[in-house]
Amino acid sequence: MSNPIKNPLAAEQLVADPVPSAGEPISMHPDADLSKTVGKIEVKNAKMSMRSVDVFYGDKQAIFDVNLDIARNEVIAMIGPSGCGKSTFLRCLNRMNDTIENCKVTGSVLLEGEDIYATKQDVVPLRAQVGMVFQKPNPFPKSIYDNVAYGPRIHGLAHSNVDLDEIVETSLQRAGLWSEVKDRLDQPGTGLSGGQQQRLCIARTIAVSPEVILMDEPCSALDPIATAKIEELIDELRSRFTIAIVTHSMQQAARVSNRTAYFHLGYLVEVGKTDDIFTNPNHKLTEDYITGRFG
Amino acid sequence: MSNSHSPSTIEIVNRNLAVRYARERRFRRLGLAAVLSGFAALIFLMVTIVGDGWRAFQQGYIELEINFDAEALEIDDPADDDQWQYADYTSLIRSALRERFPALQTRKEKKLLYSLVSPGADYQLANMLVENREWLGQVQRVRLPVDDDIDVLLKGYVDETLPEDERRISNAQIELVKGLKSSGEIALGFNHIFFTAGDSREPEQAGIRGALIGSFLTLVVTLSLSFPIAVAAAIYLEEFAPRNRITDIIEVNINNLAAVPSIVFGLLGLAVFLNLFGMPRSVPLVGGIVLTLMTLPTIIISSRAALKAVPPSIREAALGLGASKMQVIFHHVLPLALPGMLTGAIIGMAQALGETAPLLMIGMVAFIVDIPAGFTDPATVLPVQIFLWSDSPERGFVERTSAAIMVLLFFLIAMNAVAVLLRRRFERRW
Amino acid sequence: MPISTLFTVILLLLAVAFYAGQRKALGFRARAQTQALPFYHGAWFAVYLIAPACAVLAVWSLLDGVLIKSMVLQSLPAQFSGASDAERELLYSEVSRLAYSRFSSTNADALQGSVGTYMSLNATSLKIKYTLSAMVMLACGAWAWLRLQPAFNARVRFERVVLALLLGSACLAIFTTVGIVFSVLFEALRFFDTVPFHEFVFGTHWSPQMSIREDQVGSSGAFGAVPLFVGTLLISAIAMTVAVPLGLLSAIYLSEYASRSFRAWAKPALEVLAGIPTVVYGFFAAITVAPLLRGFGEMLGLSVASESALAAGLVMGVMIIPFVSSLSDDVINAVPQSLRDASYALGATRSETIRQVIIPAALPGIVGGILLAVSRAIGETMIVVMAAGLSANLTINPLEAVTTVTVQIVTLLVGDQEFDSPKTLAAFALGLMLFVTTLCLNVIALKVVRKYREQYD
Repeated sequence: MSNPIKNPLAAEQLVADPVPSAGEPISMHPDADLSKTVGKIEVKNAKMSMRSVDVFYGDKQAIFDVNLDIARNEVIAMIGPSGCGKSTFLRCLNRMNDTIENCKVTGSVLLEGEDIYATKQDVVPLRAQVGMVFQKPNPFPKSIYDNVAYGPRIHGLAHSNVDLDEIVETSLQRAGLWSEVKDRLDQPGTGLSGGQQQRLCIARTIAVSPEVILMDEPCSALDPIATAKIEELIDELRSRFTIAIVTHSMQQAARVSNRTAYFHLGYLVEVGKTDDIFTNPNHKLTEDYITGRFG
Repeated sequence: MSNSHSPSTIEIVNRNLAVRYARERRFRRLGLAAVLSGFAALIFLMVTIVGDGWRAFQQGYIELEINFDAEALEIDDPADDDQWQYADYTSLIRSALRERFPALQTRKEKKLLYSLVSPGADYQLANMLVENREWLGQVQRVRLPVDDDIDVLLKGYVDETLPEDERRISNAQIELVKGLKSSGEIALGFNHIFFTAGDSREPEQAGIRGALIGSFLTLVVTLSLSFPIAVAAAIYLEEFAPRNRITDIIEVNINNLAAVPSIVFGLLGLAVFLNLFGMPRSVPLVGGIVLTLMTLPTIIISSRAALKAVPPSIREAALGLGASKMQVIFHHVLPLALPGMLTGAIIGMAQALGETAPLLMIGMVAFIVDIPAGFTDPATVLPVQIFLWSDSPERGFVERTSAAIMVLLFFLIAMNAVAVLLRRRFERRW
Repeated sequence: MPISTLFTVILLLLAVAFYAGQRKALGFRARAQTQALPFYHGAWFAVYLIAPACAVLAVWSLLDGVLIKSMVLQSLPAQFSGASDAERELLYSEVSRLAYSRFSSTNADALQGSVGTYMSLNATSLKIKYTLSAMVMLACGAWAWLRLQPAFNARVRFERVVLALLLGSACLAIFTTVGIVFSVLFEALRFFDTVPFHEFVFGTHWSPQMSIREDQVGSSGAFGAVPLFVGTLLISAIAMTVAVPLGLLSAIYLSEYASRSFRAWAKPALEVLAGIPTVVYGFFAAITVAPLLRGFGEMLGLSVASESALAAGLVMGVMIIPFVSSLSDDVINAVPQSLRDASYALGATRSETIRQVIIPAALPGIVGGILLAVSRAIGETMIVVMAAGLSANLTINPLEAVTTVTVQIVTLLVGDQEFDSPKTLAAFALGLMLFVTTLCLNVIALKVVRKYREQYD
């Protein structure tokens, strides 16, 4: 490192840097702070409800005793620093963690009162009910039409081609993509722009008419304009679907969600009304995070 | 979409589930069946080869009392090696047989008697005497290989219920052999001839030693040419080659050569090495060169992968100390990449050891009895020997072909095992 | 001098030269600052002492045969002056055999003079070869010795030599290709002088044996290669019908369904099939599979030829299974996990994901792999030589015997050959077709696979 005295520019930077506050490094917070979630986790007539959920990757525990309810037709945002387990938690909700070898989930995850980890539960209908949109847009290397029609086709949702056309059109309209692609439905979905691809993936998810949609940082690969469009879309979708969205952007959480849950090192630290969390956080860690101490 | 008239999504999904899972199971079973049928083919092949071949490691021997009479052998000058070597041992064997069965007197009976012993047994007898010269004038009990028809009978391949004229062996012969077998004078023993002799027209005299040595000599040529050249080419392409058209052409070329049919390399060898340069036919030197050209792409490709696996930090560290690029590569990168390169070379050698077609083109398919002593002696190699024997109709050759295949597979498995061990031993995670 | 002795001498000279160069450098290093380590002085000196001499030796050895041959052929007695090229070829080999073995022939007396010329020429050539090499070695060595000075940067010079060596090795691949093209093309063109190209490519009758009748000018047998092409394609098609579904399904099962432990031993076990020499497959096809098929056919009342295309094709298919499966395995694994996730998240079952997402996404790569496998099937030699027939039937009935391009190449070239007869040259024409076909398949396949890889990188 250059000597700050010999390099006035560097010296200036050093001074301009905010002096780190007295706060210890984040990992050194006493465990007592983490183990009990601040805020109200229960809601009336919950769509999904998680109790004592632990997740292990082999020997490593990634999620510690998370309890949370998700209400009908709400948008719940999950925020937290990277590696805090929010994506892992999201993937528990439609058992996408099953595809990862040596991943083990304990505790109960109820969908409409049914445990989705019960042995008789089948992942196929579960995932038809709980859809998922991923971080990076991942359209199939097929035509736009076939991308959207894929879900209805495998599940046998359409009785005829006319039916299928209708499902595709409605889904694309709801995803706000119809006007942009209606003339080129037979072109590959991979040829669209990033934002369009992500909306195509959302259309593909809602074509199966799921009850819950999980979104894993759906805008992290997109530019601000595309992000705005997706956020608009989420706002429109909330009337029909229950949405759980993981985001690392606090502004996004503030803009789209009704409730917000803050995760830290695998613990659910705080949950509450979005407005309350952002204006008046109760937990020290939450406060540190939303005021930008770390992230 | 779901509304009050039509069933909800989840209802439709659940209704179709049984059919979809049935399809899933079918597909899964299909996949498993494919894997298993691959195994079945492998096991079937192995079982046939071993089932046919293991018998060739045994050979029927007949014990005879041979009178090494100097007069009968016409050896009057013990210093003359030719006399020892070219004496009439056949009549020695015949008289021993006659003495053993004095009752058989007619021409036909004698012919029957003589047919017990391999027509090449005089060669074994000659060797025995040359090695034990003090036997001259003595009577010794020796074991000689029986004729291949008798050998087949001993191994139980002869269907005695067939009418006599449909088998290669007569009832009288069977009786004779049975008698000798019960007295222990004819018995199966380890077939050392198979490992010590060269090729022969008689199954019981044929061995793989010549072919093994031919294979060894050929591989020595191949390895000593292809490994250095491949490593050099890999170093150039991986470390020095500028990104330009010529480099591209070289790379495309190497990838294509790796997929050119091996017989085309044989044509190249025939046209260029034999006809243009006038090199001799059927020799390990030319065979080795042809196989070098054939295995080069394989070794180059794996050597490049080994070089690629060496992290750039090592190069940077050495460059940072002021080493020249050449020093960096030869002092640091190459030693680290060497195990990977050797693994590739061994796999290339295994490929060369099993190769037949290009060697047919350059005449290594000749019938060669002598065991090659050098790189320019006519020779054949193990796979070609297998090819040659497989053409012979005799039961004895079928079983020897299988046995030769077992030996070939043994060497291939050993080479691959060494490659795997080498990879395990030196595998490094950066 | 036998090759092994020559090598020993060269190695010894190299060692001595290296030592001498190093010593000299060590000597002046004590007195002056040097540009390079003594090691490089030694190495550079050794290279310049030996390499030019070796080059002279090699070139002379390759060329003297040709020179001596033409001189001996000119010295042939008058009675052979009317001989054709092929006969002169035979005479020459007779001369060389007479010279160096106890061989004798009817012409032995007549060729006495030529044999003498041959032997003396050989002796002279040998003398010149070694003298010249020694002179070159001395000259180059003296020049190099004088250049070994403190100011001489031996390292840079030596590294330049090494770089040239590396480049040369890399270019060997090009030389090999050029060698193949020229050797095959040259002889093939000679063949097309006697048999028109269109007759070869479109003719439906193949019987090269007829050309043995010497006196019939112009009658050079029938060289219509269509039956061979059809036979090759038939056997390849059978092989691919076996290998593609089995290989692809195996790859799918092993990469998507099998447990880790099953995969750990099943994959190498399947790859054993690829390591078995083709001659073993050929033996297996001829001795085991063909009789089985014939017996099976008899049970069904079908007549199956003892060298049926089916037996060769089936066994070839088994051989290609691991080839297809490992190539498919690579491309299936290259399909990004995100596509699988997307499909599973929509509630697709495994087989639906495989059939409707993974296979379509991997299709270009799989097609590329299959093309490579086809090229391998077409070029496969030993299985068909041992298990398919020689009779050039124009049929697509897999139960009959057919012959293939590679079988004919082997049959035409194994055994005694007169190098100029259309029969032998036909083998090179077939080789040309084989090379061009497989080359095209390979180029296309490698392009397709590379494009596919780039798509997901």
